[in-house]
Amino acid sequence: MLTFMASDSEEEVCDERTSLMSAESPTPRSCQEGRQGPEDGENTAQWRSQENEEDGEEDPDRYVCSGVPGRPPGLEEELTLKYGAKHVIMLFVPVTLCMIVVVATIKSVRFYTEKNGQLVIVVMTIFLVVLYKYRCYKFIHGWLIMSSLMLLFLFTYIYLGIFQVMPIHFSVTCSKHPHLVLENVANGKCSRPTTVAMDYPTLLLTVWNFGAVGMVCIHWKGPLVLQQAYLIMISALMALVFIKYLPEWSAWVILGAISVYDLVAVLCPKGPLRMLVETAQERNEPIFPALIYSSAMVWTVGMAKLDPSSQGALQLPYDPEMEEDSYDSFGEPSYPEVFEPPLTGYPGEELEEEEERGVKLGLGDFIFYSVLVGKAAATGSGDWNTTLACFVAILIGLCLTLLLLAVFKKALPALPISITFGLIFYFSTDNLVRPFMDTLASHQLYI
Amino acid sequence: MTAAVFFGCAFIAFGPVLALYAFTIATKPLRIIFLIAGAFFWLVSLLISSLVWFMARVITDNKDGPTQKYVLIFGAFVSVYIQEMFRFAYYRLLKKASEGLKTINPGETAPSMRLLAYVSGLGFGIMSGVFSFVNTLSDSLGPGTVGIHGDSPQFFLYSAFMTLVIILLHVFWGIVFFDGCEKKKWCLLLIVLLTHLLVSAQTFISSYYGINLVSAFIILVLMGTWAFFIAGGSCRSLKLCLLCQDKDFLLYNQRSR
Repeated sequence: MLTFMASDSEEEVCDERTSLMSAESPTPRSCQEGRQGPEDGENTAQWRSQENEEDGEEDPDRYVCSGVPGRPPGLEEELTLKYGAKHVIMLFVPVTLCMIVVVATIKSVRFYTEKNGQLVIVVMTIFLVVLYKYRCYKFIHGWLIMSSLMLLFLFTYIYLGIFQVMPIHFSVTCSKHPHLVLENVANGKCSRPTTVAMDYPTLLLTVWNFGAVGMVCIHWKGPLVLQQAYLIMISALMALVFIKYLPEWSAWVILGAISVYDLVAVLCPKGPLRMLVETAQERNEPIFPALIYSSAMVWTVGMAKLDPSSQGALQLPYDPEMEEDSYDSFGEPSYPEVFEPPLTGYPGEELEEEEERGVKLGLGDFIFYSVLVGKAAATGSGDWNTTLACFVAILIGLCLTLLLLAVFKKALPALPISITFGLIFYFSTDNLVRPFMDTLASHQLYI
Repeated sequence: MTAAVFFGCAFIAFGPVLALYAFTIATKPLRIIFLIAGAFFWLVSLLISSLVWFMARVITDNKDGPTQKYVLIFGAFVSVYIQEMFRFAYYRLLKKASEGLKTINPGETAPSMRLLAYVSGLGFGIMSGVFSFVNTLSDSLGPGTVGIHGDSPQFFLYSAFMTLVIILLHVFWGIVFFDGCEKKKWCLLLIVLLTHLLVSAQTFISSYYGINLVSAFIILVLMGTWAFFIAGGSCRSLKLCLLCQDKDFLLYNQRSR
């Protein structure tokens, strides 16, 4: 799900739970979000957050045409477009990185077991919504922490296992210098034998460090780049798990079904995720931590409380959207990173705020994009053209979705357009373009 | 075939393009988006031309032999034509987008049509080059001997150079094409189409690598010079640029000399 980061006008209550997110969500999303998105771009002193609150109850349809009162109508779109391109690229880069990790792993290790994976995405989402409705926050937090623990430790161990990292008995290797050797022997489809021998203590230390730092970064605080890197890594790991455990045709059908579900869940009035967001807004509280990748956030500890006298310069861009693709039983948590601009009290910070404002993309979207590209890499009969075509198709879909986001200014499902393009291009490239290009290449024709 | 061949051919084919990308496009998000959109348009054109070829093959009942070669040549020509059509379609889209950006963003300078011509040409070129060459590249990493059945052992080098030529040609064609569209000089469009057909045709008319490459390079140099003059360059500006004395360069780098 794609959203703009809305800004929060309220004062912030800083406690251990809200230290990672703003205490309240802004006024109803459909009116608020897009307005606050472009608003804070420039001349923030002029646009007080109270303005947003006043307009909170306006009819969303009117909002699209009218804009915020007192401002020339075209200005919103201008501000939106002004930082549209930069934030599109800020989303392109992590999506690309995630796909590259997945494709590289798929191409270098051919290790598949045909296992029927039980997908409980819809069930889990509804379960999540029910839990939230009945305020079982502790349960949800605990569950999210457990699942991220499992992801960071267990799946990493399995990932290393795919590479057949052979733990060797300690006494054998401690006398020699352990050099890293990776062995691909799985199922006889090894591409190149490289062997990694690792003793248990080293393995334990490595996995422990990786997992512990990941838990800290994802659930607590950490440098932005490290947070983003971990989010990308766990997305890639999840995508690989999906690719490994989904049978061939199930994957495509599930991808299609998930896009339809995404569309329904986010846009329909009775969709579970929309209900979730609206419940959160009614209660005027932030949605519990969910899996969201933010393109431009810096969480600075203890950075200023809002100075009521200078509210224009201080807006908390907090997006109360929950990541809607809670795709499986291991819903990974990621607290939305909240940006607090330094307390200044004068509108000179507009440039900084503009740069810090960004777009958020749910990690489920990352995962499904990577699953599509990974499947294309895995099953495209060793053809790179299919992979590349799917990659470009997904990026264009993301671009179009972001464009629609800029136009409609409300939370949008990020999956449908990209996955549709990806699926169309996968099947058409695999069946039409590949024979054409192969025939051309065999006759050494260039077009 | 070793890593040396792989890296060598990869950098021959994609090195200049990567340099162009890194220096002119990578820092500007809007240009990256236009580049990817251009690549997408080329991809769609390839899809449609593959469909045409596929249907032609089905119509001729998939018989092997000379029929299939003619079908392939027909497919290649149709593909070239469809690529140029999509270049025109992309021009129209960019025109609309430019106008939209201008009305919405009067203060900020939208990218000029010349810049968009370059970016779109590069997008087309990158996608075209990657699609023609990347499978060959990945094969070059594996074991094998080139030319064991009597074919030329210079296969990889030739493919790499041809890919380079095609990519750069797409850039120049883009510039010339858009200029023709802007100034309503339709003969320019025709010339671009004809040179594209020429480059494509001579790859299958002649099977001698040397002749192919040399003529392709000659066409490349000619198109490059033409595109340079169309884009506003001149001998004088080239000289100033090479001597790092032109005002634009100085202003751009905010240095005084």
